[in-house]
Parts: sequence; C-alpha cells; structure tokens
Amino acid sequence: MAGSFRIDVGGASGFPSPADDYKQGPLDFNGLLVSNPPATFVVRVKGPEMQRVGIFAGDVLVVDRSLPAVDKAIVVAIVDGEFMLRRYRVREGKVWLAAEHPHYGDIAVREGMDFELWGVVRHSIRKHVVMEG
Amino acid sequence: MYALVDCNNFFASCERVFQPQLRGKPLVVLSNNDGCIIARSNEAKAVGIAMGEPYHLAKPRLKKFGVHVRSSNFVLYGDMSDRVMSVLAQFTPKREIYSIDEAFLDVAGLGDRLEAHVRDIRAKVLQWTGMPVSIGVANTKTLAKAANRMAKKEPKHGGVFTLRSEADVEAALGAMELQDVWGIGKSLAESLARYGWATPLALRQADAKVVRSKFNVIVERLVLELQGTPCLSISDVGLAKQTIISSRAFGRPITQIEEMYEAISTYVGRAAEKLRRDGQAAGALTVYFHTNRHRPQDKQYQASRTVTLPAASAETARLVMAAKEGIRGIWKDDFRYKKCGVVLFNLMPLEQVQGSLFGTPDDDQTIHLMQAVDGLNQRYGRDTVLLAAEGIRKDWRMKAGLVSKHYTTEWNEVLEVGDERRRA
Repeated sequence: MAGSFRIDVGGASGFPSPADDYKQGPLDFNGLLVSNPPATFVVRVKGPEMQRVGIFAGDVLVVDRSLPAVDKAIVVAIVDGEFMLRRYRVREGKVWLAAEHPHYGDIAVREGMDFELWGVVRHSIRKHVVMEG
Repeated sequence: MYALVDCNNFFASCERVFQPQLRGKPLVVLSNNDGCIIARSNEAKAVGIAMGEPYHLAKPRLKKFGVHVRSSNFVLYGDMSDRVMSVLAQFTPKREIYSIDEAFLDVAGLGDRLEAHVRDIRAKVLQWTGMPVSIGVANTKTLAKAANRMAKKEPKHGGVFTLRSEADVEAALGAMELQDVWGIGKSLAESLARYGWATPLALRQADAKVVRSKFNVIVERLVLELQGTPCLSISDVGLAKQTIISSRAFGRPITQIEEMYEAISTYVGRAAEKLRRDGQAAGALTVYFHTNRHRPQDKQYQASRTVTLPAASAETARLVMAAKEGIRGIWKDDFRYKKCGVVLFNLMPLEQVQGSLFGTPDDDQTIHLMQAVDGLNQRYGRDTVLLAAEGIRKDWRMKAGLVSKHYTTEWNEVLEVGDERRRA
C-alpha cells in the first residue's frame, strides 16, 4: 500500500545471513543450453539414424540456426522437402550427409539439389527415468 | 537514415519454416474461426486468391488450384515475431517495432558501409530465424516505406533497396499510387488529387506550407518526409496501452446466458493477464455481444454496456464481476449470438490506483495470488488454473481445424525429425 516499503534483511528469522554477500542465483539451464535465443529451436528425435553417437529416438535436441555447419557437425537438414538428422561432412570440396547407423547410407550433396541446412545441433538431452512417480 | 524491415508474407513464411513441404506452393492462412483469408503466399496470389476472401466461398478455387490451407497460429506467429525483433535489436537498440512483422531501425552514421550492413541484417534474420525480409532504406521513415515496397516487388534488388539519389527516389515514388504512401488513405488521396496533387511525385513537388494551409500539420509533415526532411523519429519507448481488447467469435452460436458468462469470463481473464503483465489496472470496461450479421435469417441484436469499477482493478475476479453485471443488463433470450468481447479502459499504473467511497484498491495478497496464477499458466500452459466462472469444457470456442503446431512454445508440439518406421 502507498506509504509503506520493505527492506529485505535476510532469512525468516529477520537476522542478516552470513551468506548474503555471496549469493548467486541457482544454476540456469537456459544459460547452459541456449547461446542465441532467437536462433534456438527444439527438435525431438523420432528415429535411430544417429544412434552411434548416442542420440536416440525420444531425445530432445537444442538446435542453433546461427552456428555454421562445419565438418562433422550434427545437423538438421531438409532434403527434397523432408527433415533429416545427419552428420554434415565436407572434405576437399565434397559435401555429404552421413548417418550414424549401419542401415542408412550417405547422401551426397550436389549442386542444384533440393538441400537446405536448417540448423546445427548444439546439445542433445536424454531422459533416463522411464516412469514418473 | 532509416531502414524499414518488413517480413515477406509473414504468416505464410512462419508456417514454411517448420513445414518445408509448403515452400514454393500456393498457401493461405485463415483468420480466427477460419472465417476469411488473411495471408497468401506469392503462389496463391498468382492463382488469383484475394486477400480477405471468405474461406467458404474460396474453397472450390483453393481445391482446384491445390492451395494449401492453414488456420492462423498466432501463438507461433507471435513467437516468430519476437525472434525477428530480437535479432534486429542485436544490430541496434534504436529499433521501433511497428507491427507484428515490421520494424524501423535507425541506421545513421554508417557511411559507405550502409548497404553491406543492411544486407547483413537481412541475411542474419533469414539464417537465424528462417524468416525472409525486405528492407527499404532512406533518410525519412515515409521514404523508407516506399523503398521497402520496391525491395519487395523487384526481386532484382535482392531484398534491399536504398534511396540514395534523386533518381532512386523518383523510381520508388513513381511506381506507387498516392494512396500507397504511408499515412495516405483512399479518401485523403482523393482530397489531395482535387488540389492537383494526384501522385506521390506531384505531392513531393508541393510547397509544404501550402499543403498545410489546405489540410493540416500532419499532411504537411508527410510532404516534408517525402521531400527528405525527417519529421518522425524512432520511438524506442513503448506507449503505455490505452485499452486492452479481448474478443473472439464463437465456433457455434451461443443462446444461453450461462454460456455467455463463461465466454466473457474467459476473455476478461485473458485481458486481465495482459493488464497485470503491463503493471496496470483498469478503471472501467465495456462488454458487447452480437448476432451473426451474415445470417439475415437470424433475428439480429447487438448491444454493449460500459461498467465503471468502484476502484481501478487488475484482479480477474473483480473484472469478471463487472463484466457479468454488464452482460446481465443487456441480455436478451431467443437470439443466436456469434461474438462477444470486452474492452478494458481507463488504464493506469497499479501504483496510482486510489480507493474511493465505493471501493478499495486491489488487496496486495490477492494481487500476489493473481501473479502466482499467471506464473502457473505461463509455465504449464494456458488455462492450467482458471476461474471456475470461465467454464472447463468451453464448447463455444472457435474453430481452428487446420492449425499447425505450437512448434516453439509447447514441449509436446515441437518439430519431430527422423525415420520413425525403424526402432533401432
């Protein structure tokens, strides 16, 4: 109400805490996972194509569209109008998309092909608890 | 120097970021309740689909030309807009958000790095958010808008057009009708033409003082802006809202007062959230509802009522009580109502609210409760906690049959990528 104000002096007891001068906020997951918020998107993994690097169906990916695609980056790409999750490879001018699973072959990226790099995977998150509660 | 950044076919482009199969194809987006067409991709424009066409009338042609249709997904569009604006802010703090898909930037002092800088802005927005934009640059906002039009319409400019020389200005203004100039509508254009200023170039040649004597200072400013004298600057301080409006059409007609109470309570709840987010309280509100004008076979009735609160409030319960009082006063049975809404006005900052003989300002504890509720709804999704008055089933909610997912705001609606036919 108008005319009253409060000074925060510490914990429930009202006495100043010796920790007050050292206070930091709790760990912030956004700070850890998101480097460039407007360019960061979330994708959920549906298939086993990247299993060999420990990315499995159900995992959540933090994708950054502002990162450049460099050799060996894990990327979300669009090929022939469809989304794919692959490892981006470039060597001696040749570009291809590789899977990390024996059943999926390489896709060569050629001039004039319907190919777009959608974003680079920064982090993958896996949940290890099967049932809650 | 000002740059006007404008997203290309904004709603359609938002959809295409997450649904690549829609790229290069005719696509339209429908208004709330799937009523009419509010956005078209270039391919849809090319097959003659008009802006604002009612959906049910356009359906046969949409089908004939294979036009894809989406219901509006404002949750997604709002988030994408925030992203674009955020990228722009990284380039300069002197950024004025003009609409959901347009912003003015102050790009003074760049010398011959200006063109490269602006092209860099365009490239970054496209790469980081997936949104294609057009940028017009000139030394006044009005001319920047004209430059933007050129950038958008002429692909040879690569999405950026700068008015540097007299020839550039003549090219941009020469390609426009008077009513296409920012700030000039059809009737003002007609009035100006009567005085012999029938084109943007003609108006630019006019003596600003003479224009002022025939019209007013606003039109004079417009002429000065066309002549290259900036009169409007970047306003980076947002104006406190004057009113907050919340309304929707119903998916099916409402005939019972209890349902109208439920609907109005929901809209009041939404509006009150906006109010609290802005740190304001409302001193009065107007409620209104009406039947469907497009069904002449239905008896027509429209009514509104304004209710003044005993003390300005940001508390949903108090606002709902006032809204229901208003509804009660104008309600008539035996009508099929199509839409209702609420306008909150007499807005003032919460700290300025005073009590009166008739009411006391919101109780601190209640405000804390409301803020806790807002926090829960923000974290767990809209309507996690709501007033019982709003109704749980809400059968009257609007149709959005063809809406895409909330790819960027809901965990269980994010993009999914991968070959799901295979387990391992």
